[in-house]
This record gives sequence, C-alpha cells and structure tokens, in this order.
Amino acid sequence: MILHSKAGAHGSLTIQGARVLDPGAGVDALLDLKIEKGIITELAQPAGKKRAGKGVAAEGLVLAPAFVDPHVHLRTPGREDEETIASGSAAAASGGYCAILAMPNTSPTVDNAAVLEALVEQAQKEAVIPTGFMAAISRGLAGEELTEMGELAAAGAAAFTDDGQPVPSAGMMRRALQYAGSTGRRLAMHCEEPSLSRRGQMHEGAVSAELGLAGWPAVAESVAVARNIALAAYEEQPLHLMHLSTSESVELVRRALVDGVQVSAEVTPHHLCLTDEAVRSLDSNLKMNPPLGSERDRLALIEALKSGAISCIATDHAPHARQEKDVPFEVAPFGVTGLETAFAALYTHLVEPGLLSLETLLDRMSIGPAHVFDLPVPRIAVGEPANLVLLDLEASWLVREERFRSLSINSWLLGQVLRGEVVLTMAAGRVVFGSDRVVA
Amino acid sequence: MAEIRVFEGEAQTTTTAPKRHLISIEDLNREIVERLLATARNFSRSLEREMKKLPTLRGRTIVNLFYESSTRTSSSFELAAKRLSADVMTVRASGSSVEKGESLRDTTRTLTAFQPDVIVIRHVQIGAPQLIAATTNAHVINAGDGKHQHPTQALLDLYTMQEALGHLAGLQVAIVGDVMHSRVARSLVQALNLVDASAICIGPPALIPRGFEQIGCQVSNDISEVETADVVYVLRMQQERIAAGESFVPSLREYSARWGITPERLRPGQFVMHPGPINRGVEIDARVADSPESLIEAQVRSGLVVRMAVLYDLLTQGPVSLAPTVNMNEVA
Repeated sequence: MILHSKAGAHGSLTIQGARVLDPGAGVDALLDLKIEKGIITELAQPAGKKRAGKGVAAEGLVLAPAFVDPHVHLRTPGREDEETIASGSAAAASGGYCAILAMPNTSPTVDNAAVLEALVEQAQKEAVIPTGFMAAISRGLAGEELTEMGELAAAGAAAFTDDGQPVPSAGMMRRALQYAGSTGRRLAMHCEEPSLSRRGQMHEGAVSAELGLAGWPAVAESVAVARNIALAAYEEQPLHLMHLSTSESVELVRRALVDGVQVSAEVTPHHLCLTDEAVRSLDSNLKMNPPLGSERDRLALIEALKSGAISCIATDHAPHARQEKDVPFEVAPFGVTGLETAFAALYTHLVEPGLLSLETLLDRMSIGPAHVFDLPVPRIAVGEPANLVLLDLEASWLVREERFRSLSINSWLLGQVLRGEVVLTMAAGRVVFGSDRVVA
Repeated sequence: MAEIRVFEGEAQTTTTAPKRHLISIEDLNREIVERLLATARNFSRSLEREMKKLPTLRGRTIVNLFYESSTRTSSSFELAAKRLSADVMTVRASGSSVEKGESLRDTTRTLTAFQPDVIVIRHVQIGAPQLIAATTNAHVINAGDGKHQHPTQALLDLYTMQEALGHLAGLQVAIVGDVMHSRVARSLVQALNLVDASAICIGPPALIPRGFEQIGCQVSNDISEVETADVVYVLRMQQERIAAGESFVPSLREYSARWGITPERLRPGQFVMHPGPINRGVEIDARVADSPESLIEAQVRSGLVVRMAVLYDLLTQGPVSLAPTVNMNEVA
C-alpha cells in the first residue's frame, strides 16, 4: 500500500450534464454520471431533468479525472507550522487532486522505516485525500550512505528521492540505481550540480547580470541530468527527473527516450508560466529551486509536455512560514506553494492563450504521474472508483490568502485573477471538496 | 533648472503624490539626472561660503540605516543632512536590535514610528530597500544593496566627470575589474546610458557576468581596450575572489599583472576614478592613485553635494522615482 487517507463515507450521487473529458479513455461527451458507494456505476446520455437522490447540477462544467501530484512538501514531521498532512491534503483536495506524494526532506528525514510508518499512521488519521510518501535515497540526505530501501519499500515508500539535494557523487548514484532496482521502486532525482549552482539565486542571464543576483547557470541542471541518464542507461534502471527547468535538460530526456532509456520527467506550473524576467520584482515568492529559466526554456518545457517527453506536471508545493519569506530576496528560502492554483494557473497561462490543449493539460496532471509512480490511474468509466474533478472553465477568481487551505501563503499568484475553478473533487470514491454543491 | 530655495520654515511638499524613492538608477530619467547635478553644483557654491549650513531641511528627520560597514557613504549622507539642517540619526546593525535577530521589516516599523522623512539604507542583501519602501511611509534612498545598485555613487561619479571634463554626452568610460560583484558598475553603466555616454567593462572572464552587455555596455577581457577611454574607472578587487573554491582569478598577483591600472597602461590626459576603498598595488598602482589625473578625492567631495541634492530633491521637488512603490504587503 502506497496511498493512505482517513476513513470516510463513500459518496453516492449523480453528476448531471457535465462535459465528461477523459483523455485517457478517449471520452469527450455530455453525460450523466452515477456513483454508488464511491464506484462509477453508470455513464448515460443526459436525462435533462434532475435524477432522484443526491446530485450535482453540472451543466456547463467539465468533469475530468482528478489530478495526481507526485511532488509535494507536507513539512511533516518537523515544520507543522508550515504544513501538516491534514492541511496539505485539504489544499490538494481543493485543487482537484485525488492523490499526492510527499517528499522526505523533513525533520527528521524520512530515511528509516520508523519515521515512514509514523507518517503512514498519521495519514490514515488525517489525510483528506490518498497520500503517499517518498523515502530518502541517502541517510539524512547527506549523499553518503544508502537508506535501507528494502525495508522502506515494504513500509510503503512510493519511490526514493533526496529532493532538495542532488546525489553529488556519481558512484553513489550508481549504487542507488542498482539497489533501488531490486525494490521495485524508482529513483526521483533532483538534478543539480552543486559546484555549478553554488550560491545561485536565480537563472544566470541578462536579468541576473542586471540585478546583481548570483547566477545559477542552466548547465547546473543539465550536467546532472546527463550524468543521471547515463547511469540509468548503463544500469538499465528506471529514473524519474524532478522539476526540469531548462531546454538542455529537455533535449537530453528526448534523446534518452529515443535511445530506450526508462526515463520519466516532471515540470512545475511556475516553470511553465514564468521566466526569469519575473524576478525583477524581487518578490521572494519568485524564488525557487531550480530557478525560473529563460523564455526559450519555458517554450521547450511546453513543447516537451505536448510531445510527452515530460509526462507529469508536479507542483513542487513548498510551503514556507510567512516570516521566512518576508525578507529580502537574497535570504529568502527557495520554494512556492502550488496545490491550490496549479490547474487555474496552467489553464489561464497556457490553455487560454492556445499554448497547450486542455486534453494534454488534464492528461499530464493526472494519468501521466499516476503511470510513472504505479498509482491507481484515475479514469471516468463504469466500475472505476470515483477519482474526479469538476471544473468551471468560465469562472474567474482572485487568488488571495483567505482562500488557501494550506497553512502557508507563499504563492507567486497572490493578487492575480485566474480563470478555471475547481468546483468539486472526489478522491477514492469520497467527496473531498465542494460537498456544498451536492444537493438532495 | 531648479534653484536652491533658501527660506525659513518647512520646505513645501506634495502630500498626495505617491511616495518617491531612489532605489535604482532605473528610477531616474535624463531630466531628473540633469536637475540633480545642477542642484549639486549650486550646493557646491554654497559650501564655499564661510557659513556652510543651509536651513533648507530644518525640522526634517533623516535616518541612516547601515547594515554594512561604510565610511564614505554613511559620513557623506550624515554630513549632507547636517549641511541642510535636517535632524539625522545613524543606526548601525552592530549594537542595535538587529543583532538580537529583529527582522528588517520590524526594524523598519520601529524606526518609522519616529516619523522620519527619509530612510537611507545600506544593506548586504539585494531587495532590502524595496522591502523597506513597502513598509515605511518615509522616502527611501538606497545607499547600496548587495551587488545590485548604488545610485548615489553613480550620480556622484557623473557629477565628478562633468566637473573634470566639462560634459557627459559622448564620454567613453572604461570600467575595469570585478564587475560581477560590483553594485557600482551596474548603477554606473545605467547612469552613463542616461546621459548618452558609453561604457566598456573590462575584466577577467569569470568576473564579467554573463549577459552583462545587455544592460547597455561593451564587455572585454582585454585591458588594452582602456586606451580610447576618457575615464578609466577602477573597481575594488577583493582577496576573497581567490579563495579556495572561488577561483575567479588564480591570484591577486596575476590579476594585478593582467588588469591592474599602472601608469604604463594609461595615456596622458586619461582621468582615473575609483569608488574606494582602494587596494594600492592590486587593482590600482599607487602612482596612478596619487597622480593629478586621479579624481578619487574629487569623488568624495562630489558625494557630499550630490547627496545634498538628492535629499533636497526628494523632499522638495518633483518625483525622483517615476514609479510608485509596489506595496509588498499587498503582493506578498
């Protein structure tokens, strides 16, 4: 078992008149959906009038497979002032997610079965949606000794990562690939060559030159991507590359896929929507690792998403306490929140301007990541558990801190008006967001 | 062009206009630069009198908030304020509540409670002046934020060049050395562009930031390109650039040999400037620093009148910053 959530009643309801859009199943039609005890039991032509029992009037809305986020920081254990399993999973539910995977760079690190088991137990008590946990590759994320991956996999580790840190030594990376392969879980890599990124604050280019902020060269990522791909190819092991941000990395992934390497990759909403130009504001909510790249990088990432070379959108939801971000840019920590805004941000910045189709966006937010991490694939089909999201594409909403269920507010979107709003989310057969839309 | 208005009582201000700050050279345009330099020239004449103090800013309060050690900038701002009869208070990070871990935001709120008219801020971190501007209702002057900007330094450099050469338009300035870590270089290149002068930045490859030419200058690694410059502007070269793991250059000795400004590398009539403090024998030969062509002391003198002009302009004249401040409370 990888995903865990608190107990709750399975929903029995109808969702009537929505445009059902499931790119994986090839469905795009106006349909009524009947869900009984959490399972989709009927997909039918719209009845026109309200069916008996509890239901949602969904005319004009889009019903899609709910989202899966393979890269979330829940800050638990250790920084429960920034996020908890309860608050982070509630935030995810309101963002349309039916499953999330949390990173192990907590305090203490998730590098042994005892810590992981405690998290699983806590998730069973408070996770609003199914939540899984990655475990560390190396003890204390120090990059020196392997964790006991066999025991961790048995305890439910979804994958292994030292996220936030690269595995600096190539030899250690090789050993990690070899050993993880024997556990059936893949490695998820934060690709950064530290001797190149150094004390970098933002993408190295004309903007960093002008602002005087220490530059983080694109090659700091692509050198590590190249090394990791070479090692995965040599060991014939699968490899997931996290939060890619440069055109050079994208090209390396594209070539590796042509060569038959089992490589998968993810990209964040902020790297798809923003460039280093945004950093001119010196707003600390534009400081992230990896940093925002050039327009060329952004367009390459969008192309890779379209072609499928990058099959996952991951928020890298990274909550930080207010006082830690309320400092000059240079001393602010890296990272921004994203669970509650990912769909609307991408719909507003990519789909509406015509840079990406809605179908591709929905696929990469849901089916793509579920496949990579062997999670239940959300599908809208008879017999499947209800993992679905109801979206109002016409709605505009103002991003403001009062709306956030996350305990942190470090969003780059604060104050922006976005198009596309999550109306209702069902995860593993339960209504986890928008229950007020269900009427008797 | 503005004349100095010397009169009793409080200077006039517009209370409805958005708060005006001097955070970056980008806050200025050519017209404002010319006005500031003209005002500085007028102040320079007033300082030739026996009674040097002007009552212009009487009753105004200016806070100098210095988080980074500084001799010439802090003393120059302090004296500028005093020459204009303002009440001035200099707060240094050491020995203050900053040492007790108070955040920049809270320190600013505390000082704002004293209702200062201007906060002059020197900080090691880029973005600190913006954060203060978003917190206080005082005017904010950036006296250097990390490697970002030092706008009053660039203005005093323009003033010094104009005094020495009689004009600014068409001047060629070679900026030599550690451009990467220099807020002075960034501000100066932008300021030279505003007055139709040109800049070439010359230094070791790792100390010229990638993409720097896009802010409006040429770049080169070849020291012989100082030849056509009217002014050779030398930047400070620090020991820490050769520390283990840094290796921006192999050694100060090698830096000096390849990029140090010696009499042999200059032609007669070329002026030499340096923002100070200078490392004799490293980036600049002692003979050059002490030569008649050296404008280094003139720069310090210019600093006083230019900072008087900036304080005066912010508190009495039209906007120095054309852009109203972004309220970071609302954005963040």
